[in-house]
Amino acid sequence: MTTHWNNPSDVSNALAATGYLTDERIAQVVYLADKLDKPILAEGPAGVGKTALALALAQAAGRELVRLQCYEGLDEAKALYEWDYHKQLLRLQADEGAAWGDLEGDIFSESFLLERPLLHAIRSPEPVVLLIDEVDRVEVETEALLLEILDAFQVTIPELGTITAVTKPIVVLTSNNTRELSEALKRRCLYLYVPYPSIERERAILAERVPELPGVLADKVARTVSAIREIPLRKAPSVSETIDWARTLLVLGIEDLDDVATSDTLHVLLKYRTDIEKVAKDLSLDAVADG
Amino acid sequence: MGIPVSMVEVLDAASAIEHTDLEDPRYLKATLGATLIKNARHYDAFESAFDVFFGLATSATLPEETLFDGVVGQPGDIQASDSDLLDSLVDALMTDQRDELRRLISRAVSLYAGMQPGRPVGGRYYTYRVLRRIDTDELLARLLAALLTVEDEGEIDQRLRTNEAESLVQSVRDELEREVTARLVADRGPRQVAASRRIPLVEDVDLMHATRAEIEDVERAIGPLARKLATRLAQRRKHGAKGRLDVRRTIRRSLAHGGVLIDPQFRAPRTAKPQIVVLCDVSGSMATFARFTMQLTYAIAAELSKVRVFGFIDGLDEVTGYFGTDVDFADGLITMSREADLVRRDGHSDYGQSFEDMWENYADAITPRTSVIITGDARNNYRRPGVDYLDRIVERSRATFWLNPEPRRYWDTGDSIMSMYADRCDIVEQVRTLRQLEAFVERAALPTMRRPRIAS
Repeated sequence: MTTHWNNPSDVSNALAATGYLTDERIAQVVYLADKLDKPILAEGPAGVGKTALALALAQAAGRELVRLQCYEGLDEAKALYEWDYHKQLLRLQADEGAAWGDLEGDIFSESFLLERPLLHAIRSPEPVVLLIDEVDRVEVETEALLLEILDAFQVTIPELGTITAVTKPIVVLTSNNTRELSEALKRRCLYLYVPYPSIERERAILAERVPELPGVLADKVARTVSAIREIPLRKAPSVSETIDWARTLLVLGIEDLDDVATSDTLHVLLKYRTDIEKVAKDLSLDAVADG
Repeated sequence: MGIPVSMVEVLDAASAIEHTDLEDPRYLKATLGATLIKNARHYDAFESAFDVFFGLATSATLPEETLFDGVVGQPGDIQASDSDLLDSLVDALMTDQRDELRRLISRAVSLYAGMQPGRPVGGRYYTYRVLRRIDTDELLARLLAALLTVEDEGEIDQRLRTNEAESLVQSVRDELEREVTARLVADRGPRQVAASRRIPLVEDVDLMHATRAEIEDVERAIGPLARKLATRLAQRRKHGAKGRLDVRRTIRRSLAHGGVLIDPQFRAPRTAKPQIVVLCDVSGSMATFARFTMQLTYAIAAELSKVRVFGFIDGLDEVTGYFGTDVDFADGLITMSREADLVRRDGHSDYGQSFEDMWENYADAITPRTSVIITGDARNNYRRPGVDYLDRIVERSRATFWLNPEPRRYWDTGDSIMSMYADRCDIVEQVRTLRQLEAFVERAALPTMRRPRIAS
């Protein structure tokens, strides 16, 4: 079963219906991923909506989302499958004295297999969206684990043989680019760089996510955030932080984003004290900052 | 050189194009970008090439202007028409009329670029000629005035207004560049234009002569690069030789097997973490380069090993403390130049004095496990070379490397005494791009045997 998207605009509309705004680049890449059964590798700074893209895709396509959160030390047992050791032990104890040959075939069968996200994604009878989040966090060796899945949507389990996907999942990998991924992995993916949104796009996102915010204020929020991102910071404000900021302004009933209001609420947008000081200095807000 | 594209990726692109709406170049760009370009750093170069090949059909639809009418305005009316042009530009920009902007730029190119058909140029010169006539500072000023809406604006408003004006000016520049490229393509065909345009990839940018924008790109690339190197280095160390046989533990284990030595035990190999000492010429001429070397060193240090950094001009001081994970790099540089004791006399590089300082004051920083990296152009201003001190440093260290950002052919010219130093070091490299720096780090940070010195 595939999705019913016939062109990138369909994708765009379907995603917009879930509240995720695309541009033609994102729409085209998602469309290709669906048509060519290729994984999407979404790379870009933290908090620009890479993970949200997968969530929106799942919703738009009406599929289950299977998520594999990557971290240092992730291994096969956590990503692919594991044998249910306790169950196997119980099985062995249950009929002591049985011939080993019978038992062996038995305890290494599917009912003793614990599915982890990757295996689950390809064995699912209904097609799913598979999100492999922050893949840059795993070691280079672990990346190799993913290659078989990304290539052919299959998993090889020594005791059982190769399990091939019943249905083809849409795969989204995200990376914050903290290290370069291996060529082998990149080669198998469609590459989608997701930068910080332009002022126009961020304004549109605000209109979508914080509709109560007056247009004038939204415009100013978007422009201010964009100016702040130009300043070299430890952690530039992400889209979700922009949204938080907009909501804060709403709650506080601030109608015009003047110097005082900005200076008072900067901490919503920036998470390091040095960054706040730097921005205040750069936008010449230190004069109004309370001493 | 160039962006690596594998065979598989080309095939992917071909099958992806079947699912692409070719009417709209934006979709084609997305398709090719996603299938061929797998690194954000390469996207700019891709975009530039794409625009040359696919993006420029539009200017053919412009009315009446012939491609090379070669009319260069009469000297007398240039000033007047320039000012009018600026007004019209401001108008078009403020009311967001793309077509009008395009028409104006096209006209300006016809008038001022003085394009000559058939010349194998990349267009930068033509752009420059037009920009000489479109006074961008004046344009910025007029835009700033036009954008002013509130009377008593605060700092933020002012800042946002400036940003907006600047981005509008940039859009004029972009449009101009696009127009010039379009005409070049119409004249000589995309292949030739692409060949003469060649935008260097970030890893090939000349660090000594980088523009500000390029420097920003390079700095963004350093973090991931350093981590990639660090993982690779750590990996090689891990896969090194097994430790020696641990007799005591092996015999002990054998008790469980009735005294049969079935399960040999090994000592964990000693993982000697490399220690790095960097001596960095931070005099004026070396400043940009020093910056990159230090940034890369720090990024790697965060992952790998112990690093001490010393800056020198005609005096040497430890500067390790000025940088660190919680210090902004630019701030670190400022503190360093203010507080570190780098200048003793006149602020011209003195390698001899610096090596002497190093040995006299910080000899204990160098141990047989230390790799010493010296960066600088070895231009000693005809002063005492101080090779005796360098010799002692080299003798005590595990290995000594010298990175010189100058092209090899300039070594030993003028006041450069590179060979005198080079003979004493283990590896001497010309490093002026990230790519060369990467290659060097990989070579240098590997655990090598105690040096088999190559006789010079």
